[in-house]
Amino acid sequence: MAVPILKLGSDLIASIQSALSDEDLIRLKDDLARQIGEWRSRGVVVDVTAADVMDSFTIRTLLDIAQVGRLRGADTVIVGLKPDVAFAMVQLGLRLDGMSTGLDLEEGLALLRKRREGPADGG
Amino acid sequence: MGDDDRLPIVSEHDILTARQRGRELAEQIGFTGSDLTVVATAISEIARNIVEYAGRGEMEFELIRERAHRGIVVIARDQGPGIPDVAQALQDGYSTNRSLGLGLPGARRLMDEFEIDSRPGAGTTVTMKKWVQKRSAGVGR
Repeated sequence: MAVPILKLGSDLIASIQSALSDEDLIRLKDDLARQIGEWRSRGVVVDVTAADVMDSFTIRTLLDIAQVGRLRGADTVIVGLKPDVAFAMVQLGLRLDGMSTGLDLEEGLALLRKRREGPADGG
Repeated sequence: MGDDDRLPIVSEHDILTARQRGRELAEQIGFTGSDLTVVATAISEIARNIVEYAGRGEMEFELIRERAHRGIVVIARDQGPGIPDVAQALQDGYSTNRSLGLGLPGARRLMDEFEIDSRPGAGTTVTMKKWVQKRSAGVGR
């Protein structure tokens, strides 16, 4: 099932709606990379609230998405990690180093806005 | 009671099917909350190893009981190339492909019991178990 991507101002919002297969995740990565260029987006929020697990492949793909986004001039924020999913990630040994996270969509968008408007703090 | 379940693991989509089936079975015997996600995550990692390294294999689920304890056993079998150095494959960050190298060691941390039987050329069998915690059932340990 493809992940819908919405454009909101200068940001893109990808909202994962159900458990994703590897193929869905790779398609999301490609779609986001393309749409960042099409819309000249400055920020991407990936909402993972509905993801059933965050295994190493999912995290690797999200890190790729953030890296590709950065190279294309857009910041990525991951939002919506549920407590039990976060707990399993920690036990698995997964880290989201170098990736911004927020509690929910609202916080993710606020974070992107603050980064664009706020003083550069080297973060 | 249909305790045994066997699924072929031949494509990426089977990884999703396997972890959903495992979660369903775990829920049936009383796993709750984060433990369900923990079991599903371990299944996902091990099923992906089959697809990536062996190409095809199967995953079997068994629901077990030891005295008052219930648990789930996940057995992943393939006839792939096998793991030449199991100890090395169980180290964090060790991977022969582009992954994060957390599949085997990560799954081992997620489950209560974890065994690998692998020989080069003879395939790999991973057997892992997770027991239902008794904290919410009112039976102290």
